[in-house]
Amino acid sequence: MPQLDDRKEHHSELADGVSAQVPTTDEVQIKTPENIGGMGHRKKRKEDPRFLQGKGNYVDDVKLPGMLYMDIVRSPYAHAKINSIDASAALEMDGVLAVITGEDLKAAGDLHWMPTLMSDTQMVLPIDKVVYYAQEVCAVIATSRYIAADAIEQVFVDYEPLDAVVDPFEALKDNVIVREDKEEKTNHIWHWEAGDKAETDAVFNDAATVVKEKMYIPRIHVSSIETCGMVANYNKAREHMQIYMTSQAPHAHRTVFALVSGLPEHKIQIISPDIGGGFGGKVPVYPGYVICAVASLVTGKPVKWIEDRSENLQADSFARDYHIEAEMAADKDGKITGLRVKTLSDCGAADAAANPSKFPAGLYSICTGSYDMKAAHVEVDGVYTTKPPGGVAYRCSFRVTEAVHMVERMTEIMAHELGEDAADYRLRNFIQPDQFPYKSPTGWEYDSGNYEAALKKAMDMIDYRALREEQKEKRAKGELMGIGISSFTEVVGAGPSKDYDILGIKMFDSAEIRIHPTGKAMARFGTKSQGQGHETTYAQIVAEELGLPADDIEVEEGDTDTAPYGLGTYASRSTPTAGAAAVMASRKIKAKAKKIAAHLLEVGVDDLEWNIDRFQVKGSSDQAKTIQEIAFAAYTNHPQGMEAGLEAVDYYDPPNLTFPFGSYICVVDIDKGTGEVKIRRFVAVDDCGHIINPLIVEGQIHGGLTMGLAPAMYEEIVYDENGQNLTGTLADYLLPTAVESPKWELGKTITPSPHHPIGAKGVGESPTVGAPPAIANAVVDALWHLGVRHVDIPITPPKVWKLLRDNGVTD
Amino acid sequence: MSEHEVTLTINGESVTRSVEARTLLVHFIREDLSLTGTHIGCDTTSCGACTVLMNGKPVKSCTVFAVQAEGAAVETIEGVAAGGELHPLQEGFWEKHGLQCGYCTPGMIMTAKNFLAQNPNPTEDEIRRGISGNLCRCTGYNKIVEAIQYAAEKLQADAGGE
Repeated sequence: MPQLDDRKEHHSELADGVSAQVPTTDEVQIKTPENIGGMGHRKKRKEDPRFLQGKGNYVDDVKLPGMLYMDIVRSPYAHAKINSIDASAALEMDGVLAVITGEDLKAAGDLHWMPTLMSDTQMVLPIDKVVYYAQEVCAVIATSRYIAADAIEQVFVDYEPLDAVVDPFEALKDNVIVREDKEEKTNHIWHWEAGDKAETDAVFNDAATVVKEKMYIPRIHVSSIETCGMVANYNKAREHMQIYMTSQAPHAHRTVFALVSGLPEHKIQIISPDIGGGFGGKVPVYPGYVICAVASLVTGKPVKWIEDRSENLQADSFARDYHIEAEMAADKDGKITGLRVKTLSDCGAADAAANPSKFPAGLYSICTGSYDMKAAHVEVDGVYTTKPPGGVAYRCSFRVTEAVHMVERMTEIMAHELGEDAADYRLRNFIQPDQFPYKSPTGWEYDSGNYEAALKKAMDMIDYRALREEQKEKRAKGELMGIGISSFTEVVGAGPSKDYDILGIKMFDSAEIRIHPTGKAMARFGTKSQGQGHETTYAQIVAEELGLPADDIEVEEGDTDTAPYGLGTYASRSTPTAGAAAVMASRKIKAKAKKIAAHLLEVGVDDLEWNIDRFQVKGSSDQAKTIQEIAFAAYTNHPQGMEAGLEAVDYYDPPNLTFPFGSYICVVDIDKGTGEVKIRRFVAVDDCGHIINPLIVEGQIHGGLTMGLAPAMYEEIVYDENGQNLTGTLADYLLPTAVESPKWELGKTITPSPHHPIGAKGVGESPTVGAPPAIANAVVDALWHLGVRHVDIPITPPKVWKLLRDNGVTD
Repeated sequence: MSEHEVTLTINGESVTRSVEARTLLVHFIREDLSLTGTHIGCDTTSCGACTVLMNGKPVKSCTVFAVQAEGAAVETIEGVAAGGELHPLQEGFWEKHGLQCGYCTPGMIMTAKNFLAQNPNPTEDEIRRGISGNLCRCTGYNKIVEAIQYAAEKLQADAGGE
């Protein structure tokens, strides 16, 4: 067995030579012909035919013989003592097999508590009190979905309401303690900081201009169209637990289940079938999953649990909920010199965020963004409230959206304060192309970037200067038009094992490729697509490397019995990690293929060169062996002394994160009468490094932009003072429809990652990160002359209407 | 709960089953008929993932009782590819990348099928309004609109060619 260090060395041998500074282009690179369909081809997705014909296989489609159904009794209070649970009436109903309570889980081996991904604890089912509205109180197991739903109405719980604490600032006063189970009777969970405080304070002391703003990044919910669910199937004879589950991280979940339940890990199989959207919401382990697995263990029968939409919106992990106080400093020339940020993170009743363990505030310290500044200091405090635990991502890398929103708003405010054009101000404060790799004041090393190129391209596409002229004319006539810019820097692809782990498991990811004798291949990965198109993009990566047609490569993910171990798909990490593993595994195969080709051609390996899909004798292309011929020989005529077969596995540990970026420009017109904000145009220039499939990348960007629009203008989870969720259905929690979604105009620049083996960076979440501040900046830009400095998202018509009235606009 | 016999045609095939009065059409289709292409997204008639055609008209099958479909002709996504050949809408969604996770896709296609039958030559704005009862979380709708435009053109060309 090679040691870890040997393997790393092997990696660097396999990686192409890359330099730190990389030129920016805007042409997608294509090296393979269309029949091979490697990188850069606009290939239709391989996974689509089954979805188009209703033949997908989602968790709720799984039906096993003798399957039982679970439904959950949930708390009507945000904070209450439980005096008793009377399930006798439910248990008397025909078809009801069991009611599982916290006491039952406790008796089964203290399963009434579970660890969160942040090493906090969270109740699976309560024993003495509930700490959020819609919290799981007990579960009914019945022979049908309908009987289970009837039976939860027949469980009588005697609650004694306690005071709720909904406002995190109020929670800090510790008048109401959320977590009485903790030794320390305080709602304050953690304090975290990054950057140099003294240096930052000094920069602020020397500043010519300081701008300050408070902003709230509201609690929102991913609300994938498929809710969460599970089918747990315990086989007593085999002592084997098979689980179908809506999981973005099936391997990590298997390990968590093994650690929590005590079942041996080789006796647990997790299958994450087709997933109807994840966006971060299917990363955590929710109480419902644990109860469902226990129910199958207890009954010895398959048990299905599928959330309904209200349960999903009310009890599953939320995203964001950051209360930010930011200050930005500039010198006498207007150059940004520093950033000072204090943030309160409302965690709800448990710190159940899905961040790497060492990062309680995720990658929030990326908040200096695309701007070169001397110093920055960021502080974040986590606090408990009587609201559902979280927070997960909402189609974004760990807390990057919050950081980008803040810095893009602050830069905009600074530009306005100094009377400068928002685009010109950014251009003169950007980190310059020759500064990469760039060391940020909070400790990041940005891999590559060319921020100026992206912004200039966006300005050209939208004809920025003409828009500013139009705005002047409109303003003279009293019309409200705004232009908003966001020049964001993303940070994705977690991550290098020295810093990144989840519950101690390092955040590498994996690929295993087997080439069959007839030259067809099976490729398996530790990630799990939820719509991103992995079956196509991974096949294209392997096609690029090995010359096998992408259509001849079957990609499989999600079954822990067959796929290599990996940490899963979230935070735009699949391409940076498993995509790189696909390259490395392919290159290992290619190294062996070369030896086989040399054997077949009776030449030395050094006499051979690779040409798209074959090894050929240097300078003599008629003497060649295709990858298919080599694959056949690997099983029929391999060299003596060499192992038969043609396969490889790779666990890729990235040397750094990747830093995708982009510049977005949004134009809005505001109706003075109603406060309605109309997005007239939205240009998005993204740079995600080398592009694997332009069609899929466009789709990812469109989707991400719409999930940026959503919190900017429509979505917010709202609670009343008693902690009741007022937005518990899709009639109250407003997802944008096709009518609200603008026609997105896309552009691109390509600045490859210097450390990723194919120069790719990841793209699925950049637009979710970049879009909200572009929209917010456009609205404030339209209203600045009236005295408006800031408006919190979601920017709804009532909010704008009030701002207009408060600032003297009456017509 | 009273049981009722329901007879209807599903994708052209006649079926008779005994159901509880309260059985939702979507559960009847998914559980009793094992046609799982029709999905459930919200239970409150908001998302449109469960859209099927009942006598040619789109209904959100989570808000229709199976007994209400007595005697009706119900079409689901499984019936759209006639003779195994993809319908121009399915082709359009594939060509234009009008789907990602695929969960909303069957409902979206059923809605679009009826919409194009009503309005064979729609503007972009009409398409957007036509599918506004169906939520998609992945695509941002732009490519769904393109997919429906593709299908409209193809259906028009096919009709003109006959």
